[in-house]
Amino acid sequence: MSRFLFPRWSNAVLPLVAVGGAIAPLYIVFLIAYAWSPKTIEVGYKPAQPVPYSHALHVGQLGLDCRYCHTTVDRAAHASVPATQTCMNCHTQVQKDSPRLKPVRESYESGRSVLWTRVHDLPDYSYFDHSAHVNRGVSCVECHGRIDQMEVVQKAAPMSMGWCLECHRNPTDNLRPLDRITQLSWDQRTEMTAEEREALKKLYHINPSENCSTCHR
Amino acid sequence: MSASSSMQGHSVPASGMDNTVESPGQRAPLVLGTGDFHTVTNQVCRVTEHPNVPMAWYIAFGVSLALLGGLGVAVTYLIFTGVGVWGLNNPVMWAFDITNFVFWVGIGHAGTLISAILFLFRQKWRTGINRFAEAMTIFAVICAGLFPGIHVGRVWFAYWLFPIPNQMEMWPQFRSPLLWDVFAVGTYFTVSLVFWYIGLIPDLATLRDRAKGTIQQFAYGLFALGWRGSARHWHRYEVAYLLLAALATPLVLSVHSVVSFDFAVSQLPGWHTTIFPPYFVAGAIFSGFAMVASLAVPARELFGLKDIITMRHLDNMNKVILVTGCMVGYAYSMEFFIAWYSGAPYEQFAFINRAFGQYWWAYWIMVSCNVITPQLFWFKKVRTSIPAMFILSLFVNVGMWFERFVIIVSSLANDFLPSSWDQFIPTWVDIATMLGAFGLFGVLFLLFCRYLPMIAIAEVKGVMPEASPHWEGYAKGHGSHGHGSHGHHGGAPAGSQPALQDPRTGQP
Repeated sequence: MSRFLFPRWSNAVLPLVAVGGAIAPLYIVFLIAYAWSPKTIEVGYKPAQPVPYSHALHVGQLGLDCRYCHTTVDRAAHASVPATQTCMNCHTQVQKDSPRLKPVRESYESGRSVLWTRVHDLPDYSYFDHSAHVNRGVSCVECHGRIDQMEVVQKAAPMSMGWCLECHRNPTDNLRPLDRITQLSWDQRTEMTAEEREALKKLYHINPSENCSTCHR
Repeated sequence: MSASSSMQGHSVPASGMDNTVESPGQRAPLVLGTGDFHTVTNQVCRVTEHPNVPMAWYIAFGVSLALLGGLGVAVTYLIFTGVGVWGLNNPVMWAFDITNFVFWVGIGHAGTLISAILFLFRQKWRTGINRFAEAMTIFAVICAGLFPGIHVGRVWFAYWLFPIPNQMEMWPQFRSPLLWDVFAVGTYFTVSLVFWYIGLIPDLATLRDRAKGTIQQFAYGLFALGWRGSARHWHRYEVAYLLLAALATPLVLSVHSVVSFDFAVSQLPGWHTTIFPPYFVAGAIFSGFAMVASLAVPARELFGLKDIITMRHLDNMNKVILVTGCMVGYAYSMEFFIAWYSGAPYEQFAFINRAFGQYWWAYWIMVSCNVITPQLFWFKKVRTSIPAMFILSLFVNVGMWFERFVIIVSSLANDFLPSSWDQFIPTWVDIATMLGAFGLFGVLFLLFCRYLPMIAIAEVKGVMPEASPHWEGYAKGHGSHGHGSHGHHGGAPAGSQPALQDPRTGQP
């Protein structure tokens, strides 16, 4: 009678199999909870752009207001990317022969847009309104980070549903006076007391909804 | 069944003995023929070892495979297109999908009842049918699990069914029976699978020891987990088996109760009914036993197992079908009584509409197959007639499928608001998916029949007279030689365990 027998070394493998089997479900949970999260895979996304436009230079050093380029941010859901004309307002005079601005000049002559690479791309099924936020005391910096220090724009926050909900559940700390909205270096957490922020919440009638249909319309 | 003659080979033909007769003071034999332990081993193992498979197996496998292919096409089309390819509409947002789910989950319950509850109640006749009833349970739950997975539409989000921390900070609704369902069916599948596998180990060792080919020796040997049939092995096996039986027992009642909550917890007339949990459990066991009978009848013919799955087993199953069929019939009538007694017009309308509305035909198919035709099982002639019981069991399968269809679709189609009433008409995708689930089940079950022991060899031996220490054969010296007395646990090396200590023989 021939039979299959487990070799002796299989006794040593057995505990490993048992431990592996016990850990496997936890590992799957960990994968879903952490590895699939935008916090892990999207924060820090920093694509190369056709023009090496530096926010650190234009905003941080020269002090351009966000709204000079992103003109619709306080009036519409979408914060527009500036037309080439906006760049050429200055660059017909300043650095007008710089080789780094070649795509901008080409765009200006041909009338075709510069093909910027989108950094922040919310899914189509989620509705987000920029004007609703910046007109109610939520600064650009709360979501986009210190753009004024970025040579190349990168994604500063996960922009996951859970991350949105964190603020919708507890908005007070993220509120500031409207005249400071685009002042990225200013921080209401150090410049204002909690009572003052709480007062802002009342003043602006901040009552953020957690209803599904608020964002998934 | 001419093709099966090659399989039967040297088997002992079913003896003419009628073991359905109850004679006082004497237990009816559960294994017929002149068989000793070795004959039983041979009869069961021959199915997996014989190179020639009956033609009927190939035909059934081909048909099942074709249906499974249809399932693949239908599900792929569904996934790439969306649930709109089904005939669902508003208000009928559940139809074939959930009908099939409840049908298949219900089928599984007979396997657990046979393997766990009948074990705890020492119903020895269970040993002849428990192995493939448990296999049926597992395959049925696999078929059932398919439907909630695909009916959510975006199957890549099916993991949302489980409470796993995620970037959305979203959790399933813990107050919803749909989540309880996930836990109930998940637990059910896990426990059934472990229970089935533990029971298989001694028999896998038997197959390993008999296997001629290296691949078979390795494959069976791997899954036999080094079983050698020592007394310590048997002791631990028995403890584990008993504990798992105790663990599986509440599941027989809980799983289909929870499935019924999917309906009973809602507010819809026709669903919002307190009788649902016991009614669903009875229906599940009813349909499950019918499915076991539908499978056992051809299997015992085809693979020459008439001495082990005897007429007494079939008779017993038919009695269970009769009893549970009556319970289901009682529930049907009680639903109507309560609808009248409640005085709620919507409730009354739901039931009148069920019997005489647009789905009247489905309702009366259900009543005919589930309540009327099983009454024939009052007659012993019918209970012991192979063609009659096969046809009646198929009727029950049809009837129980329609029961779920009637409950789900007729209640949804005509809800509170007449302006939203609609009719459900299945599309080809609905039908291909329904048939495909039968194909999936058939493929799995036929592979099981071919490659695993269909009968719990070790357990059947425990209910044979030879297993008793007082067996007269020992006095006559029959047991002292040959293959009868030792090695009957398959993996046990010859003589390592005396036959007298078979752990299944707790009682004379």
